[in-house]
Amino acid sequence: MNVFQPEAPLLQVHNVTRYYGDRIGCLDVSFDLWPGEVLAIVGESGSGKTTLLNCLSTRLAPTAGAIEYRMRDGAMRNLYQLTEAERRLLMRTDWGFVHQNAADGLRMNVSAGANVGERLMAVGDRHYGNIRSTADDWLGRVEIESDRIDDDPRSFSGGMRQRLQIARNLVTRPRLVFMDEPTGGLDVSVQARLLDLLRRLVADLGLSVVIVTHDLAVARLLSHRIMVMRHGNVIEAGLTDQVLDDPREPYTQLLVSSILQV
Amino acid sequence: MNDTAQIFDQGEYNFAYLDEQTKRMIRRAILKGIAIPGYQVPFASREMPMPYGWGTGGVQVTASILGKDDCLKMIDQGSDDTTNAVSIRGFFEKTAGVRTTYETSEATVIQTRHRIPEKGLREDQVLVFQVPIPEPLRFLEPRETETRKMHALEDYGLMHVKLYEDIAKNGHIATTYAYPVKVNDRYVMDPSPTPKFDNPKIDQMPALQLYGAGREKRIYAIPPYTKVKSLDFDDYPFEVQKFDKPCGLCGAENVYLDEVILDDQGGRMYVCSDSDHCEERRANGHLGPMAADPAATHFAGGASEETVQ
Ligand SMILES: Nc1ncnc2c1ncn2[C@@H]1O[C@H](COP(=O)(O)OP(=O)(O)OP(=O)(O)O)[C@@H](O)[C@H]1O
Ligand SMILES: [Mg+2]
Ligand SMILES: [Zn+2]
Repeated sequence: MNVFQPEAPLLQVHNVTRYYGDRIGCLDVSFDLWPGEVLAIVGESGSGKTTLLNCLSTRLAPTAGAIEYRMRDGAMRNLYQLTEAERRLLMRTDWGFVHQNAADGLRMNVSAGANVGERLMAVGDRHYGNIRSTADDWLGRVEIESDRIDDDPRSFSGGMRQRLQIARNLVTRPRLVFMDEPTGGLDVSVQARLLDLLRRLVADLGLSVVIVTHDLAVARLLSHRIMVMRHGNVIEAGLTDQVLDDPREPYTQLLVSSILQV
Repeated sequence: MNDTAQIFDQGEYNFAYLDEQTKRMIRRAILKGIAIPGYQVPFASREMPMPYGWGTGGVQVTASILGKDDCLKMIDQGSDDTTNAVSIRGFFEKTAGVRTTYETSEATVIQTRHRIPEKGLREDQVLVFQVPIPEPLRFLEPRETETRKMHALEDYGLMHVKLYEDIAKNGHIATTYAYPVKVNDRYVMDPSPTPKFDNPKIDQMPALQLYGAGREKRIYAIPPYTKVKSLDFDDYPFEVQKFDKPCGLCGAENVYLDEVILDDQGGRMYVCSDSDHCEERRANGHLGPMAADPAATHFAGGASEETVQ
């Protein structure tokens, strides 16, 4: 092990490519993600952000390339060689996935408590009282009042639904969370509150995060590192402040300046 | 069983209505079901001369296992004399010419829609269930591809989500019918639509249990003496319904009771839902607290009058 790197990477991405027929989704993407690191993937609409995120999170098989993940036992595993049972266990214990549209990540027809408790029950928790108090605790951590625990998410506002989705993902203490535009579609003030909450949770839990956003302000606030995508390619990557303050690529300069004009 | 086909294959129907090829196909599904207790085996369900919802799955299973020496009992809601039971019994009397009975102990094949007889079943008996919805995960996961995967991976957390909701909304597990069970420590199964009162009876039952869902084209089975556990939480253990009074007619306790309205002045009583069990007890001299009540005797008399064939 490299003496300058006290820890090993959590995720190693090797030349990941995804085609949709002839159309490029993402092309030849490689990077490492380190424990506790927040990586933002930015770029305009259609640049391949979601495609890449879905490849990483085993929701979409790449056309070529490999993705390795360090399991809790320390072993590095090729994600697309896991059995379906291993993959499911990983997704509901060690990982989280926060969708832009909360309804895609929640069970809208069961209570908030059951939404948060589902992962616990999936991994074998069979004590109702414990499940409920853990769910209650997590609702508190995402600033949802205890007395909403038996309400179903249809009665929740957009911001609450998103916070519930986050609690549902974090209840098993995952090490890696994928997020696709988690603040998209929310009012500006609601966005600010959610970002603030996310930043605190990520720091408290030491989470590694891969977050897709087209909002550079979100990337600036949450991420340590940033990857800029265009036409499926990663055209620039580096520390967030460096890339945003001193972009090298003309395209990134354009992106940064357009946000400054807003 | 094949010789029976020749004997009865004289009119418009083959013995027990189904042709031999269909029966073989269904028997293969049954055998597979017995080999994998609780697993839902797909089968090519046939059109039966009765609408879905009338137990076409159970009827096809019964038709496939029936031999000419069998004695058949039909149960609907616990009773043998409701329309559904009467017409299916008539169907088999006509197409198979088998003996039928109301007496649990006399039957070799018992087809039921709701109840399991109170009297313990034996190794030489087969219990056939008519199942409307075989998939226990359907409630929270409508996608068939996904539920199949969940069964394959023994991924059953969702069943407890349903029970969690029950407790959160009602303070206790309020599911009283089609209460999910785990069979042989492997497959989660819906003993639909029996009341959960009967769940303990399907655990380690000496008789073979066959479940047929016609519309959904599924057969599943529990072989004799198989472990069947009702799902629950450590702090909310599975419990059966308790009735605080005995049967009004025969005095039986720890049996499943139905409420019966006796008159239009609010008179009511609770009686065994298993009518055969009740009659047998009364014949043996057991009397319940309402046994001498004229309205109750009328009810009991009326019920037993209909049973005269
Ligand atoms: N299911 C699909 N079938 C065919 N082409 C697709 C599919 N999904 C994405 N694409 C194409 O792949 C490219 C990358 O799309 P992707 O959704 O990854 O972009 P994105 O960066 O997430 O965009 P947005 O910001 O709009 O969400 C686009 O050209 C898109 O049209
Ligand atoms: Mg996208
Ligand atoms: Zn009785």
